[in-house]
Amino acid sequence: MNRASDVGEPVLGAAAPAETRLLRREVVLPLFALVLLAFVPIVGSAFYTEVVTRVMILAIFALSLDLLVGYTGLVSFGHAAFFGIGAYAYALLSPKNEAASLWLTLPAAIGAAAIAAALVGVFVLRTRGIYFIMVTLAFAQMFYFVFHDTDFGRGSDGITVNFKPDLKLGDITLIDLGNSNQFFYFVLAMLVAAFLFLRTVLASPLGRALHGIKVNEHRMLSLGYHVFGYKLASFTIAGTLAGFAGYLSAVQSGFANPEILSWHQSGNVLLMIILGGTGTLYGAIGGAFVFALLEQVFEALTVHWQLLLGLTIILLVLFLPGGLSEFVARVIRKPVREHADDE
Amino acid sequence: MDIGTFLIQLLNSVQYGLLLFLIASGLTLIFGIMGIINLAHGSFYMVGAYMAFSLSSLTGNLFVAIVLGIVLSVLLGLFLEWALFTKLYQRDHLQQVLLTYGLILVFEELRSILVGNDVHSVAIPAVLNYSVKLSETLSYPVYRLFISAVCVVLAVALYYVIQKTRLGMIIRAGSANREMVQSLGFNINLLYRLVFALGVGLAAFAGMIAAPVSSVYPGMGTQVLIICFVVVVIGGIGSVWGALVAALLIGLTDTFGKVMFPQWAGAGIYILMAAILLWRPEGLFRRI
Repeated sequence: MNRASDVGEPVLGAAAPAETRLLRREVVLPLFALVLLAFVPIVGSAFYTEVVTRVMILAIFALSLDLLVGYTGLVSFGHAAFFGIGAYAYALLSPKNEAASLWLTLPAAIGAAAIAAALVGVFVLRTRGIYFIMVTLAFAQMFYFVFHDTDFGRGSDGITVNFKPDLKLGDITLIDLGNSNQFFYFVLAMLVAAFLFLRTVLASPLGRALHGIKVNEHRMLSLGYHVFGYKLASFTIAGTLAGFAGYLSAVQSGFANPEILSWHQSGNVLLMIILGGTGTLYGAIGGAFVFALLEQVFEALTVHWQLLLGLTIILLVLFLPGGLSEFVARVIRKPVREHADDE
Repeated sequence: MDIGTFLIQLLNSVQYGLLLFLIASGLTLIFGIMGIINLAHGSFYMVGAYMAFSLSSLTGNLFVAIVLGIVLSVLLGLFLEWALFTKLYQRDHLQQVLLTYGLILVFEELRSILVGNDVHSVAIPAVLNYSVKLSETLSYPVYRLFISAVCVVLAVALYYVIQKTRLGMIIRAGSANREMVQSLGFNINLLYRLVFALGVGLAAFAGMIAAPVSSVYPGMGTQVLIICFVVVVIGGIGSVWGALVAALLIGLTDTFGKVMFPQWAGAGIYILMAAILLWRPEGLFRRI
């Protein structure tokens, strides 16, 4: 490679391979992965179709957290709260003896998660650093107890939904969500949509400002940016998207119980994005898949699979802090993307 | 609520608050001095409680079990600091969260492998197993008073060590400027190791003396951890005095909340935290 391109002078000869590499990384590989995924219901059994559907829902959840952790520099340990609120909103709004309408329940679930995230954001964003981690965890625990202890959450058993929601236009059923193949493609489309949505957000002035806040909050403040407002926007978007993932999760499983907003869930989703490497949207998706794979393998090995998971986490932090994307970068000797410190 | 029940609930909440203080003070010291967020701190509480259970059934005496347990937990603290936490000082909070999250999983599974998933109870030692009369009809168990007294003694001792001794002065200086203390010739790494072991010891000790009243069950560590986070947030990071005040506040809110609004008691302490965050985002007290 010509060194001149690093200094910033455009050199025609050096630009071309960089561009093809970019094209390969940004377009060809993701499309390849997408096509591979699309074949799962055709090739795999119904069991694997459902497993992969679940993982894709978790990937949407992980994407939403990556906006906070990877792009805004806010380490939230309570992200499962919004996932759970999305799920509970769906379960609470679904009638007992007939199917709910997706047109009604989905906006309601997303709205509930958005309102909750904005409200919680106002409180938690008053803190920073270690405080922020503890306070987000505490707020998530508060929601856990609200659903666990009060009557409307129906206690530790949670709420069961007997029918999948309808996705109808007039009288025509657009997608039968009860059919696991159709639901698979629906979730796949939603994953792509969530990915493209976050890409758009990150490329927008909002995304640039968030990046600036992550790198140097004080400088952004002195430049006149309303840092709190930007952080709140990021927190709300992330919470809303998490609520959407929670909605999909409850549609798939047919229930909402307090466990889905427990701190374990928050810890696992954090693990996913770190496994994949924070601050790379692909990493969040890859991390969700690797996490699910680890879970399956460890569960097959022993009932005490959490011990293996815990040891894996410790080794990961000690020896591979940048996650798998750093590992891949190291192996194929591509320059590792810069690591910005969070404060 | 009549005056007798009120008094009993008040004593209960003070005892609970003081116990929380023991755990949270270790947590806040580790935050304040070493800058480490330690999610596994609750696991040390759990380890303490399970040690009280296993060692007291082994030796037949809770007090012997407690002495043995303190030694073991301090050794555990020294080992963990040496093996894992020294590597975390220069890392960002995210990595600290993740590693200590991994530790929680390891501790919980080891507990499940070694002792199983049953709920156990630990007998109150015979010397303390009686009650004092508060009125004609009401009495209060002496063991709970004993817990409160021990916690008060430890709180005073902690205050004395940190504020009045040379060691405490070096520790406080180390939290303000690590490099300066090191260049003055003090072994800051050894100091950190001691502080960490002290925190582990305090948490495990709290678990051991609480075991006879709270019983010993899976998940007890994380439950207490999150409440201790609330204590630290309310009290202010690194402030031992703040941890004491916040722990008593939480004790009162939780105990009286459970009596008066059973359904909303779980959320009550978090609402208290939210209110204090609005008023004073840095916590009630800052610094040691």
